[in-house]
Amino acid sequence: MGPYLLRRLVIAIPSLLGISVVLFAVLALAPGDPFGELATNPAIPPEVRMALRVKFGLDDPVPLRYLHWLSAMLHGDWGFSFASRINVDTLILQRLPATLFVIGSAQLLALVVALPVGVYAATRPYSVFDQIANTLAFVGFSLPTFFTGLLLILVFSIQLDWLPFVYRADIDATGWHWYWEQFRQSIMPITVLGLFQGASLTRYVRSAVLDVIRLDYVTTARAKGLGERTVVIKHVVRNAMIPVVTLVALQLPAVFGGAIVTEQIFRIPGIGALLISAILSNDTPVVMAVTFVFACLVVLFNLLADVMYGWLDPRISFG
Amino acid sequence: MDEQALRGLIAKVKGGKLSRRDFVNRMIALGLTAPLAVQMLSYSGVARAQMKADYKPTKRGGGGPLKVLWWQGATLLNPHFAIGTKDQDGSRIFYEPLASWDPDGYMFPVLAAEIPDLENGGLSKDGKSVTWKLKPGVQWHDGKPFTADDVVFNWQYASDPATAATTIGSYKDIKVEKVDDLTVRVLFANPTPFWADAFVGVRGMMVPKHLFADYSGAKSRDAPANLKPVGTGPYKFVDFKPGDVVRGEINTSYHVENRPYFDSVEMKGGGDAVSAARAVLQTGEYDYAWNLQVEDEILLRLEKGGKGTTYMSVTGNIEHIGLNSTDPWTEVDGERSSMKTKHPLLTDKAVRRALGLLVDRQAVQDHIYGRTGIATANFVNNPQRFVSKNMKWEFNIDKANQILEEAGWKKGPDGIRAKDGKPLKFVYQTSINTPRQKNQAIVKQACQKAGIDMELKSVTASVFFSSDVANPDTYPHFYCDIEMYTTTMAQPDPAQFLNQFVSWEVATKENKWQGRNITRWVNEEADKAYKAADTELDPIKRAALYIKVNDLACGDQAVIPVVYRPRVSAIGSKLRAQVSGWDSDFGNLKDWYKDA
Repeated sequence: MGPYLLRRLVIAIPSLLGISVVLFAVLALAPGDPFGELATNPAIPPEVRMALRVKFGLDDPVPLRYLHWLSAMLHGDWGFSFASRINVDTLILQRLPATLFVIGSAQLLALVVALPVGVYAATRPYSVFDQIANTLAFVGFSLPTFFTGLLLILVFSIQLDWLPFVYRADIDATGWHWYWEQFRQSIMPITVLGLFQGASLTRYVRSAVLDVIRLDYVTTARAKGLGERTVVIKHVVRNAMIPVVTLVALQLPAVFGGAIVTEQIFRIPGIGALLISAILSNDTPVVMAVTFVFACLVVLFNLLADVMYGWLDPRISFG
Repeated sequence: MDEQALRGLIAKVKGGKLSRRDFVNRMIALGLTAPLAVQMLSYSGVARAQMKADYKPTKRGGGGPLKVLWWQGATLLNPHFAIGTKDQDGSRIFYEPLASWDPDGYMFPVLAAEIPDLENGGLSKDGKSVTWKLKPGVQWHDGKPFTADDVVFNWQYASDPATAATTIGSYKDIKVEKVDDLTVRVLFANPTPFWADAFVGVRGMMVPKHLFADYSGAKSRDAPANLKPVGTGPYKFVDFKPGDVVRGEINTSYHVENRPYFDSVEMKGGGDAVSAARAVLQTGEYDYAWNLQVEDEILLRLEKGGKGTTYMSVTGNIEHIGLNSTDPWTEVDGERSSMKTKHPLLTDKAVRRALGLLVDRQAVQDHIYGRTGIATANFVNNPQRFVSKNMKWEFNIDKANQILEEAGWKKGPDGIRAKDGKPLKFVYQTSINTPRQKNQAIVKQACQKAGIDMELKSVTASVFFSSDVANPDTYPHFYCDIEMYTTTMAQPDPAQFLNQFVSWEVATKENKWQGRNITRWVNEEADKAYKAADTELDPIKRAALYIKVNDLACGDQAVIPVVYRPRVSAIGSKLRAQVSGWDSDFGNLKDWYKDA
């Protein structure tokens, strides 16, 4: 186990370096200019833009800028945003709680819906319940979040006037009132994201369980006279979970990466919203940092998924 | 009426023999606009009617929270670093300038005790200095007094190139000296008729010396107060998350009595313009939304929600079509659209005139912009005292055909006119933006009927409006025949706005396309008028000079103005807010209140 982990971690270094080179190159080659808005304002002399470009090192050759960025990153210095001139790590930390809460809850909701529904549907394939669950799941992952998000806003905010559609990170209330407000404003974004994730996850769980439930050892377990509950939970689900774990593990970085569309619709000040506004204003250090952290998380959670397999299926060894 | 008679009349008003209203009416009868007549009086030392202080609350505070929505959140709160209006607006909650602009483009004092003029000795006769008297008893949020030292410091801070302040343009060519603790003098090298640039409006916000003095120049990014503003404004700083939210609480020692009304202010950022309008007009979740670049049709529908109304602030921003005076298809010394070339078709005055007749501005207003874009013949549309009365626009395909026919442009078998083997074919570019593409289509259709072939081209906004020297598709490169975009007018004075018609501002490879004259239209008379206006102290003569530049440029179709665009905001039905298009939306935040 130890050597395996070490080997995987060592392999991760060149891939992360490669990712960072590609990201940096794409950003450097992309059109646009962080100070473009200054250019169209007649009141700001061009020298200001020149001075800022020099000050922020934008006129250096791209390879040199990359090396600067890399060495700073290795020293733990993530640079500062061109737009707000604030350190990037501060910006990310400010945005992290909202994203963790909303996307994390959505993932939980997805799991809570998908696992029981998927397993139950698979144990009774082609029953009425299965048909309904399948149809709903199909509808759920066919509808993009920007559509369901707007639909919910139209119904619950505008027609019924029950829920606010602007998410506020700091609500000016205390005690129960705070929890109530927080609940009211989170319910729509969490539902939109959670049901979207849950729908596809349900299909996964169902097919994974179906694959396993027909195997001989399940029949054997039943023949031994074990209760249906025990058979499903102890023998079927545990084995069926391997592909599902992969899927969930790959989704988890998104909990940190945010959901760009949903955050934009509900004005959730999360990482996704930070990323999109940074991209739109060509704020290279922020885009670099967010995407790079995201890449690191993907690599890390992949590793985690692999380690989880060993726990779920003792036949897999890490020799 | 000659100058002497005019001066006589003004003397009568001063002496009380003629009422202000009579004077203004007489001037209007002479064809002058009312604001111009008012300005004549104010220049001559007759006090102008004070802005109506329509402020009802009789005590400070008690108004609850004010919730406003900016679909782009403020990213920084140092007014000297502000990149867009969102940053200026965020800063303006806490910081104030010496004076600000009202919706008609007139000044009112904020941190100044009074507006300098000739009468109170604030303005010197030679136009080379302005003396500002500061309002006594003003305190920074931390209790320190606001004095002349702070004003002088703001000049030093902003004019230091190492600070890289975006306000440097207003401060680099002036000198500021302290006269006493509550008086400063601004000195100009040359007579300067528009003296109200430094210390006024969005670029005039004052930061405190005692918090920024150690962070001038190269260390400017490190100042803790960049993130925790301490100003003189109606609200004190509470919290700031870049791009998301700015929060302030009531400043109980604010320097204007009974103000502010609200106990706290929250400026929420992010999202998109349509849903921001929705949150004010339809659900009433928010009290105010900024800069709603939304089709008027949608705004009208949302307004039926009854929770609020849209508000159009007058500005001079102009959507216009520029005609290239140089040849974009020939490369000379590594640049196209070089000043060494002439456009093969657009140098023909008949072609320019025909194009001017083929832009159906009324259709553009009616079918695209509605209340958010008004058809116009002028490049300068506001303030009224600078607006030309001489320009007329007309949409007339027959007349365009006739002009082209007379000038020898004959229709070929394909319906496209040509002369000397050169067909009338143009490439017409703009940024990708639905209203602009609709506008292009309207022009193309009319041109087709006149035998002109228009190839439409649209460029991503982030490329079109960038200053990328290497990218040929930016608007300053102008590597095509015709292009359309909006020029914003940042001040109620056309000096900076009209510099796109002077020869020394031509955008070339040499100045990395930083010049502001994009169409490369050069006219000796316009140059002369512009230069003369730079030092002309008589406001009437000066306005006439700028009107001349406008008329020369529009008359020769250097640009074809299409619509001028007011700034649109949404205001909740209970909120009483005065917004001036010449200043930040928060320029008059201290007077905002809600009806009970």
